[in-house]
Amino acid sequence: MIKLSLTVNGRRVTADIDPRTLLVDFLRSNLRLTGTHVGCDTSQCGACTVHLNGQSVKSCAVLAASCEGAEVVTIEGLATGTTLHPMQEAFREHHALQCGFCTPGMIMAGVDIVNRHGAKLDEATIRKELEGNLCRCTGYHNIVRAIETGAAAMAGAKVAAE
Amino acid sequence: MTDQGIGASVKRKEDLRFITGKGQYVDDINRHGQAYAVFARSPVAHATINNIDVSEALASPGVLGVYTGADLAADKIGGLICGWMIHSKDGSPMKAGAHPALAQGKVRYVGDHVAVVIAETLDQAKDAAGLIQVDYGELPAVVDVASAQAAGKAQIHDEAPGNTVYQWHLGDKDAVDAAFSKAAHVTKLDIVNNRLVPNAMEPRAAIGDYDAGQDQFTLYTTSQNPHVARLVLSAFIGIAPENKLRVIAPDVGGGFGSKIFIYAEETVCIWAAKKVGRPVKWVAERTEAFLADAHGRDHVTTAELAMDVSGKILALRASTKANLGAYLSTFASSVPTYLYAPLLSGQYDIPAIYCEVDGVYTTTTPVDAYRGAGRPEATFVVERLIEVAARETGRDPAEFRRMNFIKSFPHQTPVIMAYDAGNYGASLDKALEMADYKGLAARKAESAKKGKLRGLGFSAYIEACGIAPSRAVGSLGAGVGLWESAEIRVNPVGTIEVLTGSHSHGQGHETTFAQVIASKLGVPIEQVSIVHGDTDKVQMGMGTYGSRSGAVGASAIVKASEKIIAKGKRVAAACMEVPEDSVDFENGEFLGRGTNKKMTFGEVALQAYVAHKFDPEVIEPGLKEGSFYDPKNFTFPSGVHIAEIEIDPETGHTRIDRWTAVDDFGILINPMIVEGQVHGGIAQGVGQAMLEHTVYDENGQLITGSFMDYTMPRADDLPSYNVAMTTTPCPSNPLGVKGCGEAGAIAAPPALINAITDALGHEDIAMPATPQAVWRAAQKSARKMAAE
Repeated sequence: MIKLSLTVNGRRVTADIDPRTLLVDFLRSNLRLTGTHVGCDTSQCGACTVHLNGQSVKSCAVLAASCEGAEVVTIEGLATGTTLHPMQEAFREHHALQCGFCTPGMIMAGVDIVNRHGAKLDEATIRKELEGNLCRCTGYHNIVRAIETGAAAMAGAKVAAE
Repeated sequence: MTDQGIGASVKRKEDLRFITGKGQYVDDINRHGQAYAVFARSPVAHATINNIDVSEALASPGVLGVYTGADLAADKIGGLICGWMIHSKDGSPMKAGAHPALAQGKVRYVGDHVAVVIAETLDQAKDAAGLIQVDYGELPAVVDVASAQAAGKAQIHDEAPGNTVYQWHLGDKDAVDAAFSKAAHVTKLDIVNNRLVPNAMEPRAAIGDYDAGQDQFTLYTTSQNPHVARLVLSAFIGIAPENKLRVIAPDVGGGFGSKIFIYAEETVCIWAAKKVGRPVKWVAERTEAFLADAHGRDHVTTAELAMDVSGKILALRASTKANLGAYLSTFASSVPTYLYAPLLSGQYDIPAIYCEVDGVYTTTTPVDAYRGAGRPEATFVVERLIEVAARETGRDPAEFRRMNFIKSFPHQTPVIMAYDAGNYGASLDKALEMADYKGLAARKAESAKKGKLRGLGFSAYIEACGIAPSRAVGSLGAGVGLWESAEIRVNPVGTIEVLTGSHSHGQGHETTFAQVIASKLGVPIEQVSIVHGDTDKVQMGMGTYGSRSGAVGASAIVKASEKIIAKGKRVAAACMEVPEDSVDFENGEFLGRGTNKKMTFGEVALQAYVAHKFDPEVIEPGLKEGSFYDPKNFTFPSGVHIAEIEIDPETGHTRIDRWTAVDDFGILINPMIVEGQVHGGIAQGVGQAMLEHTVYDENGQLITGSFMDYTMPRADDLPSYNVAMTTTPCPSNPLGVKGCGEAGAIAAPPALINAITDALGHEDIAMPATPQAVWRAAQKSARKMAAE
């Protein structure tokens, strides 16, 4: 067992873990943050996407032990109190989810796309950037619309904050 | 309430928990003291089991139990069942081999369940599973469905000689043969409908829990139909009587058919929970999902269409070999028979149809219903034949379809179905306009200038869903009735719980069913809770598949709401001191006709419970009503999809330029949700036509057993879709609704293959039309054109 300290959703967390523990299992089993899902065993589906030090990662492909001192944000940490993140709001507005299983990963990926590309996203960019996130329900149509809207709303929120 | 009722694109009530990570899927549930199950699976496709040595596994750290088929047999646990009896042409019942939850004496596909290890931790269970020693006596694999029945092939089940489960047929062969003999033109196609892996994003999972004090079993499972699971586990497998077995299907992450079935894993988990005295949890890894979730499709078909000189269709015949895999899954037998051949009339007036189907065992994963289930296979046959026939006879494919459309309703097809309503020309007209069919030639020329090949393909599909009238399916061999139940519990303050036997795993019932209540009872959807997925809460239900939850499940809710109104009128009459037959119910208020007396729905609910103002000898207190609704017919959604694609002949890459979908689903409860269902269905259909393929090698090893090998549709494989509706209300249910869940997956494959073959200038391409396959076909076309 090794000692691990990191920040998850703004909360300082310390735990003794088996060194081979994956970040996704640490989040789900140790912290009971079950919004981050496991949909495959080859790091293809993206249901486990979280933000690690501000960048989106597939938490099934990250050893928890490598996250010492890191800042992790999961789907549970995206909203501010009861105020949803603009990307969460956009997913609901555009019916960008059906069964909801891929949704946390999609939303975390969507936020990351906007962080990297800015608010002016065209459809082709969104579709290309979603390559690492699989959805079996929606056919992606409404996910693309949601990320377009979420991007604009994030830009608006940023302007308002400044 | 019109802003919330039937017809409103209300945002989904269930979304908040999903977008904040608070959904509760089976893997998110943990029971105190739970242990973990890992299955030892067969690494070979076909073998006798000479010996299983579990001693080393049993001695492994943390192991609580290791069980094999012998242990299940000793406890008299029955095998998995197939719930639909099919009779062969000669009248004999289908020949099904046993399907034990853990193998007994033999394994029949790679992934077959040989043993289970229960251990304190998942890692300990995995480690121990690797220590189980199995002595296999390998037998030849039987992989190819087309040759599986041939003499000399290995025999998979003793009960099914020649690996043939049934040789079934439907239709009037003599009439069809006579029509073909006088045909002016016959179009013939050999068609392979490729095998697919459903791949709901949530892998299957189960937790078995046994309470020794109460002698009560609880199973948490990723099921589309928890009551059917309870019925089968109780009545056939013999886990426990129904009153001692609770099945909970909480949030379920997609199903597409694959979570209808009662599988080995949940059977073993619930049984083993009592054996080890601990809750037992199993969660599939994706690799296990590829191996052990029932696959879909896998037909090999020869089909022919006969027409006269004017282009009028005279007859259709099809001969199909359907791969059922190594065992008969829960509804496997019905998919290539009664869910397939009765759809071969499509949208067309075809006087004579004959179809024969051989259901065949192979040493592959069992095959069962996958989104569309039989209807995509039928539609592919019909819409490819129609398209090719039009091209062969020099007719415009749109006008050839229109000419042969069924134009008056009701229409009795020669293959069981009585279509109740439709307006196929309306959908075609709208689709042609939206797709700018008139501008196609110019767009083709523009593509050609860039060295690209442009093509357009139609698919005018029909489907039969809203499964199904119980007496009708009973007469065809179904082991169950296919009604749905609903119970409306009105609380004293006027809030409502609706208990439904339908199960939502993405369909949005918590919203749409509340909308039905809003329309019928005038109660805001915020005051309505939909309860589903728990056999201890909902008395009975048949679950969600076959696009049945709107047509059947919501109809049951309508029936129950009518009883609520009737009871409410009696209570209101007593309270308002007016005659019962003079009370009207409008917009959530009970009105004394001809008086100014009225009571709100909430006031009547309160009075029903306080029971101060009526005679309990005449009116029972309380406001709760239930209904079992059995549909009088299937519903028949239809529509026209048009795919337009552009191929780069240098790379074989096919780009979907535009997708037009015009569907007639009757009355829509929530158009936003319906469109979402269409989008998702099209994506799965595009996946089948261009990307997804399940490949076994000659030894029966699954080559495409992960997301690295099996091409799931990704966002950049797909276009945005142009979706529109026409509306012919369904006359067969009280809401006028039809099913919408499967339509896209049914419509899309032939539209795409028709478009690709249009671009390539010949008919020879199999699904999936991958870039390599398209490139090869483009090369062949180019050589052919050069030679001419």
